[in-house]
Amino acid sequence: MKIDNEMKLEFLSKSQNESFARSVVAAFVAQLDPTIEELAEVKTAVSEAVTNAIIHGYSHKTGNVVIIARIIGNTVEIEIRDFGEGIADIELARQPLYTSKPELERSGMGFTVMETFMDRVEIQSHQGEGTVIRMVKTMKTA
Amino acid sequence: MNIGFENLDRLLVVKIDGDIDHHSCEAIRSSIDKEIAKKKPKSILFDMENVNFMDSSGIGVLIGRYKLISGNGGKAGMTNVKPQVMRLCEICGLQKIIKVYPNKKQAIASIKEC
Repeated sequence: MKIDNEMKLEFLSKSQNESFARSVVAAFVAQLDPTIEELAEVKTAVSEAVTNAIIHGYSHKTGNVVIIARIIGNTVEIEIRDFGEGIADIELARQPLYTSKPELERSGMGFTVMETFMDRVEIQSHQGEGTVIRMVKTMKTA
Repeated sequence: MNIGFENLDRLLVVKIDGDIDHHSCEAIRSSIDKEIAKKKPKSILFDMENVNFMDSSGIGVLIGRYKLISGNGGKAGMTNVKPQVMRLCEICGLQKIIKVYPNKKQAIASIKEC
């Protein structure tokens, strides 16, 4: 599959960077001429994945978060990677309302939101090594 | 991030100005909880007119404040919710527990009747 465009962004796992990260990806995706709704969906999914990396990947430390986004035709593939703790049970983490941090008033809806807003979401995680979330969405109007 | 408060009898209207995400939610939570502790409202209304972005961190904040208020027998409502924010609320089922009103006037009238 021919990659039409690609970007890479690397930043520290600081919550101030959540807005920065989703805005950069949205600006990159804008070249596909998405609807406002599609763009909002991508922004929200990226925000959820980056928040996961910051809160769960690097819960007690600071590390790097890497985002790679590729445009292939009308489709965007987004990879969000951290090098933190990893997820012990991916299936459990994907369950709606499940949160490992209820004391932080987390809704436990992060993965459900990503899965609803994107066409496909894949999670790879190894404890002690980190997590990669790959999300794919095809713009209907492009 | 700016948060404005309006106290109408015992209804606290909270107007949030800006994105609601994991970064901003701690400041929002703490600011609203201080106002609730100070003014002891019966009910709460979130005016979302100036919220253009919210992720699931915001759902946690809104449900948390709903629990505080409903624990004392009060009501919680939202108004002026943007379509993109509404979509997230629907996915998470938030509108089933925090009623969404089309405008502030209707919201105030309805919540005060309760």
